[in-house]
Amino acid sequence: MGKNTIVPFGPQHPVLPEPVHLDLELQDEKVVKAVPSIGYVHRGLEKLVEKRGFQEYVYVAERVCGICSFGHGWGYSKAVEGLMEIEVPKRAQYLRTIWHELSRLHSHLLWAGLGADGLGFESLFMQSWRLRETILDMIEQTTGGRVIFSVCKVGGVRRDISDADLKDIVSRLGKMKKDIDGLVSLFLEDETIHARLKGVGTVTLQEAKELGCVGPTARGSGLAQDYRLGDEGGAYKELGFTPVLETDGDCFARAKVRLREIYQSVDLIKACVENIPAGDIAVPVKGFPPAAEYFARVEQPRGEALYYVKGNKTKNLERFRLRTPTNANLAVLVKMLQGCDLADVPQIILTIDPCISCCER
Amino acid sequence: MSYIKKSPWLVHYDGSSCNGCDIEVLACLTPLYDVERFGIVNTGNPKHADIFLVTGGVNNQNLPVVRQIYEQIPDPKVVIAVGACACTGGVFHDCYNMIGGMDKAIPVDVYVPGCAARPEAIIDGVVKGLAVLEEKQKALAVPVRDSRALRESELEPGVAINQSQEAGK
Repeated sequence: MGKNTIVPFGPQHPVLPEPVHLDLELQDEKVVKAVPSIGYVHRGLEKLVEKRGFQEYVYVAERVCGICSFGHGWGYSKAVEGLMEIEVPKRAQYLRTIWHELSRLHSHLLWAGLGADGLGFESLFMQSWRLRETILDMIEQTTGGRVIFSVCKVGGVRRDISDADLKDIVSRLGKMKKDIDGLVSLFLEDETIHARLKGVGTVTLQEAKELGCVGPTARGSGLAQDYRLGDEGGAYKELGFTPVLETDGDCFARAKVRLREIYQSVDLIKACVENIPAGDIAVPVKGFPPAAEYFARVEQPRGEALYYVKGNKTKNLERFRLRTPTNANLAVLVKMLQGCDLADVPQIILTIDPCISCCER
Repeated sequence: MSYIKKSPWLVHYDGSSCNGCDIEVLACLTPLYDVERFGIVNTGNPKHADIFLVTGGVNNQNLPVVRQIYEQIPDPKVVIAVGACACTGGVFHDCYNMIGGMDKAIPVDVYVPGCAARPEAIIDGVVKGLAVLEEKQKALAVPVRDSRALRESELEPGVAINQSQEAGK
């Protein structure tokens, strides 16, 4: 048994698109302890609510993270709408759901690519991102942006999607199905992927509960936690929704949850298009937020995000607080890394799908 | 393939951005845009790189990391600031811990605007960066005649020693 060595991992590392630093304490090849340190992308944007008006701030909220940008804009708007008791029109709720599911699709395909890249499976990375571009095309067609959509606002949405465009989205998603099938079957049946992911970084149901996991990381361990179930905004309740569950709790289970959610999102978008009501897409917002507090939650691609707002009868909010899914999942990441091989560290980090810029805001 | 004389290797780092520009940088490599067909490779090692693609407005904790990566890239090197935040600080320009713009941390050669910068714009920035790289390379290279003169001038002290030794005899 050798002496303990500390290997620094990050902040600049080939598998990480974003900077996070981990000190890995090793005993030979086994990780004994992992100590994360964050703060490389902290921008302090919660403090910006004091400088920007409450309606203007939506665009800052969207820039919490470039992957789940729509969800953050929605979460912030939802919290302010709750605070000011604004009733959002039905059509706007459906449109928000469609955009949110499109961004979940692109996020999961992005993850599939990064996960494959982390394994050294370069061609699978390229295939996933090729599929992702089709989704980005739909997003660009309906919102005008690829990464930051800027369609959500307090009281509704800025743009409508025409019936022709809605039909187009459904037909393109239908055509994509064959490609998605190919990608998913490759992921689920390939021997090398099984060898790298199965039985690695296991989290039991009990641990997942105790450490407060969220999102696909929790659902991979059999914890049926998906905020879309209890959503008070959006169209999920009307469309009917059962979360995807896997029980193994290892890296492979988490990958499987995300891949199955791709199909679920496609189905949700189709159901939204079938049931979307006609009507207004936004209501006018009058006055300033009252001196009160409000909580709202949104199920992001990475898990549940929590938004807290506090008004003070002026144009600016007094406080905005955001707890993001990666923040909640870091605790369980440290647990997963204990006892794993050094070579497995990149995959384990990637399977919680870390979004550091969300986490640090 | 006469458009580019060199296939540059890139190192990419997120200098406190929202991640949007970073996924667009990666999108440049993937099949729709596919810059890898020109031999442009995204490497993880700064010592292998010619071009530094850097996003974000840099916060105080990230500042030493950005500078360290910049110093590790061998000369000649080109820095491309990708996105509104890297150019000017963007929406985060008045955040309390952002230094507001990449050029306050390291010298920047090419600015790519956009929030998030589109892949087409990033590729355009890299092409512009290539021209800068070529100029820098020319400036660094020592012409043949000069290098011979340099060698002779280096030899002189040695020659002088020999002469003095001979004089001593």
